[in-house]
Amino acid sequence: MGGAQRPPQRRLGQWFGVLPFFVFSSLFLIGPTLILAYRSFEAPQGGLTLDNYRQLTSELVLNAYGMSVRISLTTALVGGLFGFLLAWAVSMGGLPRPFRSITTTFSGVASNFAGVPLAAAFIFTLGRIGLVTALFKVFGIDLYETGFSLYSFLGLSLVYLYFQIPLMVLVVLPALDGLKRDWREAAENLGATPGQYWRYVALPVLLPSILGTMILLFGNSFGAHATAYALTGGLFTLGTLLIGQQISGDVLHNPGLGYAVAMGMVMIMALSILIYSLLQRRSERWLG
Amino acid sequence: MSGGFLTLEGVRKEFKGKLAVDRFDLEVAPGEFVSFLGPSGCGKTTTLRMVAGFEHPSAGTVRLAGKDVTFAKPNERNIGMVFQSYALFPNMTVAGNIGFGLRVRKESAAARERRVAELLELIHLPDKGKSYPYELSGGQQQRVALARALAIRPQLLLLDEPLSALDAKIRVELRSEIRRIQRELGITTIYVTHDQEEALSLSDRIVVMSAGQMEQVGTPFEIYNFPKTSFVAAFVGTLNQLHCTVADAGSGAVAFNGQTIRVGSPIQFAKGTRVLMMLRPEELHLGEEGGDNRLSGKVDTVTFLGGVVRVRVGLGDSNLTLDILNERTLRLPTVGEQQTLSFPPHACWVMAEN
Ligand SMILES: Nc1ncnc2c1ncn2[C@@H]1O[C@H](COP(=O)(O)OP(=O)(O)O)[C@@H](O)[C@H]1O
Ligand SMILES: [Mg+2]
Repeated sequence: MGGAQRPPQRRLGQWFGVLPFFVFSSLFLIGPTLILAYRSFEAPQGGLTLDNYRQLTSELVLNAYGMSVRISLTTALVGGLFGFLLAWAVSMGGLPRPFRSITTTFSGVASNFAGVPLAAAFIFTLGRIGLVTALFKVFGIDLYETGFSLYSFLGLSLVYLYFQIPLMVLVVLPALDGLKRDWREAAENLGATPGQYWRYVALPVLLPSILGTMILLFGNSFGAHATAYALTGGLFTLGTLLIGQQISGDVLHNPGLGYAVAMGMVMIMALSILIYSLLQRRSERWLG
Repeated sequence: MSGGFLTLEGVRKEFKGKLAVDRFDLEVAPGEFVSFLGPSGCGKTTTLRMVAGFEHPSAGTVRLAGKDVTFAKPNERNIGMVFQSYALFPNMTVAGNIGFGLRVRKESAAARERRVAELLELIHLPDKGKSYPYELSGGQQQRVALARALAIRPQLLLLDEPLSALDAKIRVELRSEIRRIQRELGITTIYVTHDQEEALSLSDRIVVMSAGQMEQVGTPFEIYNFPKTSFVAAFVGTLNQLHCTVADAGSGAVAFNGQTIRVGSPIQFAKGTRVLMMLRPEELHLGEEGGDNRLSGKVDTVTFLGGVVRVRVGLGDSNLTLDILNERTLRLPTVGEQQTLSFPPHACWVMAEN
């Protein structure tokens, strides 16, 4: 009888352990999302309305979403590809040992480099009077004459790649390490060429991790605000910048619309996190 | 040399100056089941990997079916290999795994399907074709790995400690399963293990290895009963060793603690030489009926193992282990009691003390 009472108590104890996490996430994640959801229905003059959501299909908002999606897709694909190649090179490409630790250390730092410092670093190097721009001039090439601009889609993509590639390296390296030598040898033993091994075994095994990480990269760009703001001064129409303009700007001021745009982005992010975790579960089962 | 279906001649492997395998000479007959037996690190895997083509010998040649394959690529040898870790491809079903070798050989889907079904029957898992490796037990996974290796109709089957990741009971089951399949297909097989019981029960011949060298090659009966080196004698089975002095080389007698022990045959060492007298536990008897040699001592430990009871008897500084067959009327010896041990001269043999 005493035994019948014990399990619930133990369960309570277990719940107690994760309590801080729940408090934290309701304070900083669930709470704000609920407030956001509520305020996205607020009209500028007060009162509740669906108008904000109707305006999500306006050209201004669609453009901003479109630009966010484009830049996120681009940097996720390019960053994913280069990150994967870099991770492959340091893990099994036969590069000397030290390269690996140098790369992972650098990636750990670079993947967290964002916001004003990152923008400043790029302005100092690739800006109109940046160091690299000046160096190119020495060799007779005027970058900005060729159509390049740090404050364009290409420029912003470059800046984002600075943290996208390292992030890809960090997440994909363990997956590459998870490829067992025995798989390669078993494939070879059964008559497969190295190409066939990659096509039929290694890439399919890695695919969930690669796709999952690219989704992570997508979300990473999609939600970035400070870097873009610091670089372009909010003139570039990205989803995150539009939110800022609507909520705190003086020209285009409609907080309700800002919150609705934010809700849309929350949905897209939630979706990508969902897909990511599904893929992650599959690759854990394989690489476990 | 010729004759062998698989021939290794003077094979040697160094890793950055460290010798892993040396002077390896072996001829394996077609259809033969040969085990490499030895402690961890003695070079079994390295030798097997040279046969599979994953390592190149530093010296020597490997010949398979009359062809020199010493430096042939692994994917050109048509050898089936089973790994300790199973090494099943996690992204493929059981059928996909078994059919993989045929797929890369560009065999038709229909032929592949037929062969896969055949092999699923052979390993007694006819319904598991659509399962994924992670849905199978370790024993089932290793059966699938075996089927995958056999699907390509290899000339040679290599198994590297295929059972050591499994539970004892499954291990014994799968062991006889492997032997059955090997006999059914008549496939030449090399089996690597550090488990002497496995090697003894499975093999036509055993290669006992130590520190990169072959210690002895022979049938399980020869290896167990007529070990050529003290390493083989001690590594295979349980062995009693008594430090003795040669008393009469011609008639075969040694002295132990002032008592005389007769060994079955003349001794190759001069009178007075310190030697080791060796004897298996099953040759010793409690009481006087076991043969002409007698020793007496005090029972140290009694271990009930089921089918046999293992008794250790102390003789001063030394001790002897003996096995008694269990029966329901058996009177177990008690610890501390004085006992006479007897054993026949022909059960004993003598080796140099090292
Ligand atoms: N790739 C390698 N590089 C360096 N040393 C190795 C390598 N593979 C095996 N060895 C060494 O060779 C010896 C034999 O190893 P191995 O063949 O794996 O032994 P076993 O399979 O009998 O346990 C060991 O001392 C091991 O450390
Ligand atoms: Mg080994």
